[in-house]
Amino acid sequence: MASELIVNGHTYEVRAPVGASLAHVLREELGLTGTKIACNEGHCGACTVQIDGVPALSCITLAHAVRGEVTTIEGLRDHPLVDAFVKADAVQCGFCTPGQVVSAAALVAANPEPTSEEIRHHMAGNICRCGTYPRIEEAILHWRG
Amino acid sequence: MARLIRTEKEVEGRFEEVWLVVEEDALDQWPVGPLTTVGRDAERKDAPERVRGEVRYTADITLPGMLHGAILRSPHAHARVAKIDLSRALSAPGVHAAIGPGDAHGLEEEAGWLGAPVAAVAADTAAQARAALELVDVEWEELEIVLDPEAAVERELFTAEPTRYERGDFDRALAEADVVVEGTYRTSVVLHNSMETHQSVCEWVGDTLNVYISTQYVWGVRDEIATELGIPRDKVRVVCEYMGGGFGSKNDAGEYTFAGAELAKRTGRPVKCALTRREENTAAGNRNATIQKLKVGARGDGTIVALGGEFVNAVGWTGWSAMTEGPMQMLYACENVRTVRYGAQINTPPMKAFRAPGFVEGTFGLECLIDELAAKLDVDPLELRRKNYADSNDGKPFSSKNLMECYALAQAQWDRRHDVRARSTDTWKHGVGMASQIWFGGGGPPSYAWIRVGSDGRAQVVTAMQDIGTGSRTAMAQIAAEELGFPLDRVEVSLGDTSRGPFASISAGSSTIPSMGPAVRAAAADAKRQLIEIAAQRYHLEERVLDIVDGNVVSADGNLSTPVEKLVEVLEDAQILGKGARGPNPTGMSVLTFGIHVVEVAVDIETGEIVVDRVYAAHDVGRIVNTLGARSQVEGGIIQGIGHTLSEVRLHDPASGRILTTTLDAYRMPTIADVPEIVCEFVDQPDEHLTNLGSKGLGEPPIVPIAAAIANAIRDATGADVHELPISREEMLRALEAAKKKEKRGAPAAV
Repeated sequence: MASELIVNGHTYEVRAPVGASLAHVLREELGLTGTKIACNEGHCGACTVQIDGVPALSCITLAHAVRGEVTTIEGLRDHPLVDAFVKADAVQCGFCTPGQVVSAAALVAANPEPTSEEIRHHMAGNICRCGTYPRIEEAILHWRG
Repeated sequence: MARLIRTEKEVEGRFEEVWLVVEEDALDQWPVGPLTTVGRDAERKDAPERVRGEVRYTADITLPGMLHGAILRSPHAHARVAKIDLSRALSAPGVHAAIGPGDAHGLEEEAGWLGAPVAAVAADTAAQARAALELVDVEWEELEIVLDPEAAVERELFTAEPTRYERGDFDRALAEADVVVEGTYRTSVVLHNSMETHQSVCEWVGDTLNVYISTQYVWGVRDEIATELGIPRDKVRVVCEYMGGGFGSKNDAGEYTFAGAELAKRTGRPVKCALTRREENTAAGNRNATIQKLKVGARGDGTIVALGGEFVNAVGWTGWSAMTEGPMQMLYACENVRTVRYGAQINTPPMKAFRAPGFVEGTFGLECLIDELAAKLDVDPLELRRKNYADSNDGKPFSSKNLMECYALAQAQWDRRHDVRARSTDTWKHGVGMASQIWFGGGGPPSYAWIRVGSDGRAQVVTAMQDIGTGSRTAMAQIAAEELGFPLDRVEVSLGDTSRGPFASISAGSSTIPSMGPAVRAAAADAKRQLIEIAAQRYHLEERVLDIVDGNVVSADGNLSTPVEKLVEVLEDAQILGKGARGPNPTGMSVLTFGIHVVEVAVDIETGEIVVDRVYAAHDVGRIVNTLGARSQVEGGIIQGIGHTLSEVRLHDPASGRILTTTLDAYRMPTIADVPEIVCEFVDQPDEHLTNLGSKGLGEPPIVPIAAAIANAIRDATGADVHELPISREEMLRALEAAKKKEKRGAPAAV
């Protein structure tokens, strides 16, 4: 099955089985491996992308059902949050980190000065097993430098 | 000079006597305190590329023509394959090869746990491989299952002989004690749940096997594969440049790699074999459950005279039995100690090392017991710990121990308890608890590093170690930069490939910095010596008046100050090559890490809800290399420990042995919303007896004391003794109920 997918401003023609997940298509077909798959069933947030600016779990989103514009970590590499994460040491193994940044980017776009409480509420769907959470909170609090 | 020594080698609390070729550690330690680069905050060198999702993990590797493997797992907790037929699977769409028991190491006819690997398939896609597993026809002969570890001990079903230890006369000391406290403590199985699941890509090129794998030990994987396959070790190349967490579970090759190697051989194509999350939570290892029956006897003045414990490790079908009794033997000065540890063999998935295996569990039991003793004696728990401070480990001196300084740092935090308790309301009770930390973390030889300095005046550390996410690249770069006198941004680190650089330590047992750091410093010193020699000849000065500071070659009189790149530009394509080795550990000394946590909690006595409000941590791990990274390690260990204490538990069906918590909604790890305020400090004091660096490891220490500190804070808040992890609401309410009954019994009878 073929359909069109807009990712980071580029339009792709996607040929994938009907049941293919957006995460699978991004990684395996488009080579956008910045989006990670850690649980593949919508529980951990590692695969988070934005669809029209709204965070979405790409591992449980059907690729062919996507109607909006997809933004992945590859589309956010120049976002000030990247520097903020580096400065705050908000990364250890880094496997969950791209998903954290994508979630955080959606938060600060909607709410440029989130409180700690708002950060904790918004980011609670992104699991980090290394426990970088205090650093992530600090990075988002000071994302504009 | 190299010399051959007989020495004790320790990894994760397991000791073995080995012959080792070691090189002398000729360098004096640096002065105490923060230096130019070492001992200061350093941003992770690879942070930008990790944050942007640019680095390639094993999960991101796709090779041309690569197939996907999948593992068939036993549906029974104990059974034998009577008959297996792979033919239907082999003819399934996309399938290229299928193998069964005996075809690859780890695929076995007898399955000792539900999920044990039996067969494997390689297909064009992972989905096709998984679909084909359904078509493997197996006739199973079911065998008896044992799931209760105490029943296993009764029947003497052990993974290894029981381990007994005694010093002094425990029975007599206990009989003569003024006060005796006993308790049974239980810890549950918890799961590593690294974000990147266990996986590898195997590829044969001629008779060489290339293995890309998410691992904590590229050399261990190399040797294990070479041994099992019966091929020379240099015919196996193991690569792990970036990996998504291990926490102790990724120290070996795994059945998925052996199956992948065999499937790759049969198909002539690379094979990736990646565990799903549900497989990860069944088959990738766990921190085993323990049952600890503990006793302590003390004199009225608080002197501990007897400590005893019977420890049952519910190991699983295979695995090793960690030193759960270690803290009891080592933490306090007590002349009479008796411990016995049983490794129960039961039909559950095998344990694997998990961040301070044994000591996390044993510290929970011991440090709760000590607080219960303090309550019974009506003495300050911190004073009780000071009073029973150990000055040696069973007669062996410590290479360094600054636990008393940790206690001193923590005193102000401990003094907050009166104010914290005063916040209590009718339903929410507040309290403060503490626990001490003891663990290994001294590392050891062998480990080697090379350094090359090119004509651009930049240095590259080359060593086949791995960075499992702890910031090893950055720490090694800091150490090299400090010794060379280079700015940090002039040093790069190349690692993660057995064919690129010399042998390096496992990244487990908190050993990376103490094992690798001294080797990197030695290599940097060797390179710097050569740079000075060249400078002396070029500038017609004596070597002893020359130094390199902040990237400049300088003379003692200040007349010369020229950038290193000016000195080395004459090299063109020539390179300065430095080489360094990790020297021996001090003989006859006990190299250990120490610390204390002070935790503030709030407990809702109506619902059993527990909130950790604040955690203070003080650790003594020798010299700190990266103060920023060290703080992150402590925070991460505390957060993982809070998960172990309050919400994480792997459940199995007591009838079938099936694991019930295989998804991340069933197995509840901490989220950002569960994180308390965390404050940490270090006794940044180099261990003067340990290597040219004086640093110990920090990966594991911060997870060791957290459970006991939380439980002790709960007792302080509510009077309830919690004896079981995790402290679920049910366990909390049970403990509150028991405390109420105890209070009633203890109350004077109404007249």
